[in-house]
Amino acid sequence: MTTDAVRPRRPFPFGRLLAWLGLSLIILISLFPIFIVLKTALTSNKALFTEAAALWPSQPTLVNFQRVLGLLSTEQAQAAGGSGSAVNFLGALKNSVLFTGLIVIGQTFFSALAAYAFARLKFPGRDAIFTLFLIAMMIPGIVLFIPNFITVKNLGGLNTLPGMVAPFILMTPFAVFFLRQFFLSLPRETEEAAFLDGAGPFAIFWRITLPMSQGPLATLAILTTIGMWNEFFWPFLIAKDESAYTLPVALQVFKSQTPQGVPDWTGLMAGTFVTAVPVFILLIILGRRVVESLAFSGTK
Amino acid sequence: MTTQTESTPLRATAPPRRVPTQALVGYLFILPAIVGFLVFYLYPALRGVQISFTDWNLLSAPKSVGLANYDEVLHDPKFWSALGITVKYVLWNIPLQTVLALALAVAMDRLVKSMFIKGLLILPYLLSSVVVAMVFLWLLDPFLGIVNQWLAATPLGKQAFFSSAEQAIPTIAFVNIWKHMGFNALLFYAGLQAIPRTVYEAAAIDGASEMTTFRRITLPLLRPVMVFVLVTSLIGSFQIFDTVAVTTQGGPADATRVLVYYIYQNAFSFFRMGYATAMSMVLFVILVVFTLLQMRLLRANESDLE
Repeated sequence: MTTDAVRPRRPFPFGRLLAWLGLSLIILISLFPIFIVLKTALTSNKALFTEAAALWPSQPTLVNFQRVLGLLSTEQAQAAGGSGSAVNFLGALKNSVLFTGLIVIGQTFFSALAAYAFARLKFPGRDAIFTLFLIAMMIPGIVLFIPNFITVKNLGGLNTLPGMVAPFILMTPFAVFFLRQFFLSLPRETEEAAFLDGAGPFAIFWRITLPMSQGPLATLAILTTIGMWNEFFWPFLIAKDESAYTLPVALQVFKSQTPQGVPDWTGLMAGTFVTAVPVFILLIILGRRVVESLAFSGTK
Repeated sequence: MTTQTESTPLRATAPPRRVPTQALVGYLFILPAIVGFLVFYLYPALRGVQISFTDWNLLSAPKSVGLANYDEVLHDPKFWSALGITVKYVLWNIPLQTVLALALAVAMDRLVKSMFIKGLLILPYLLSSVVVAMVFLWLLDPFLGIVNQWLAATPLGKQAFFSSAEQAIPTIAFVNIWKHMGFNALLFYAGLQAIPRTVYEAAAIDGASEMTTFRRITLPLLRPVMVFVLVTSLIGSFQIFDTVAVTTQGGPADATRVLVYYIYQNAFSFFRMGYATAMSMVLFVILVVFTLLQMRLLRANESDLE
């Protein structure tokens, strides 16, 4: 009390309090829907109607996860309230992992190779080709997707993994552009020393430039992983057969399969949660890196 | 002279050390990317232009129709309605999303630098738009969704959300604001970090209030980031498709048939490849205009910090 008399009294920071309240509210709004997904996924189909307004199921169950991952027999799944003809999420999970994995590896490697050539090697037409790549960055997806669909269809690529990864696996203009800018900023001395030691261009690229570029390569790989894991439009066009569905496509189809007229919400939310889990894991393991990569994607 | 001419074939017979020229290596390095570019970017772009001048259902041979598709675009009330709905969506989506993201970025800048909080705020952006759409379809379900369960106890009562012609577009806009707000805030936050602290200190010494500092210093210096975020959001927002495909499929009563969804329907439901491609070209032109606008705006204030 005596200190009050000595020190000038600081006004109560209403502004800060208000800002904290706003921030907390936004965090709550950001997390609440995800929380409800988990709650619904852990609710049995019977309890869904009686506990719709509750925040947590009275008797949490894993049956919906077992159902969507195909761990139950058709009879068991039907008894738990599913349609029994549920989409095979385990298969879709496998397809999503293959689809994303192949593209991330291929796109990062081939784009880095091209970016190195654009940054360091001299050849006729280099700058003209690079400019073409830059222009291509502006073309919206829908313009390319229709002719690409026709190309892939004519090559017999519908419902196949090669058909699904083809447009993304060799390059994206953004990946080439992004890595070229970084390679240009690298000091040339190490590369020149290696050249004088008789190293060939590929050895220099593979053993010197790539190891020095781990940060940007990781950034690019993270951005590509997130983008491809979530990609919907292209796999939706190419995967017409259940065996080729990726997770987002399987979810969309699963939603439409409503034999009783009402969506199978508990199963759907379990599938939704399964689709989101790898993203949670990525964020938990690589949190700082993911946040920084995303922040970087805005500073072109 | 003769000895020299004789020595040349001699050298040639000796196995030449294969020193690949730099040009050849360069072409080899870009070969995979060039193949990808030619087949999946350049060819489809040119082929798209070509298809847009034909009448083609994928089954029979394409029939050349000249500018008929473009003429139809101009006179198709459904195209104009789709464009109108898209603009309506963009207007619900962009202003609110940008203001919220900016407020969030300032709050982060002032209150917490915690990576953990940033991670939480970025989480919605990392989810697939299909997942996000599915989540809100369930939250806002008229019968069992928790939002309507709670609303039923208030004077507002239950709302139709996705199944109401009036509410569907604002609802879809809200869903995407939820998804993108944290990400845009992160971009603004990075922009705020780039503003030198000395500028703020100078303002504080001059006795500028918080609001004045924000209006006269933060906003002008944030303009390059602002332009970037606005234009990329605008371009993305104009191509809204996933959320519509999952939640409303263009309904109820075509109230959410946005441009890309209408293009998709023409191509893959009505098999009118020519007409669909012509409309996608028109969309392309609209987006190019946005991009050019961005370049001008960016160039116009390059000198803000100098």
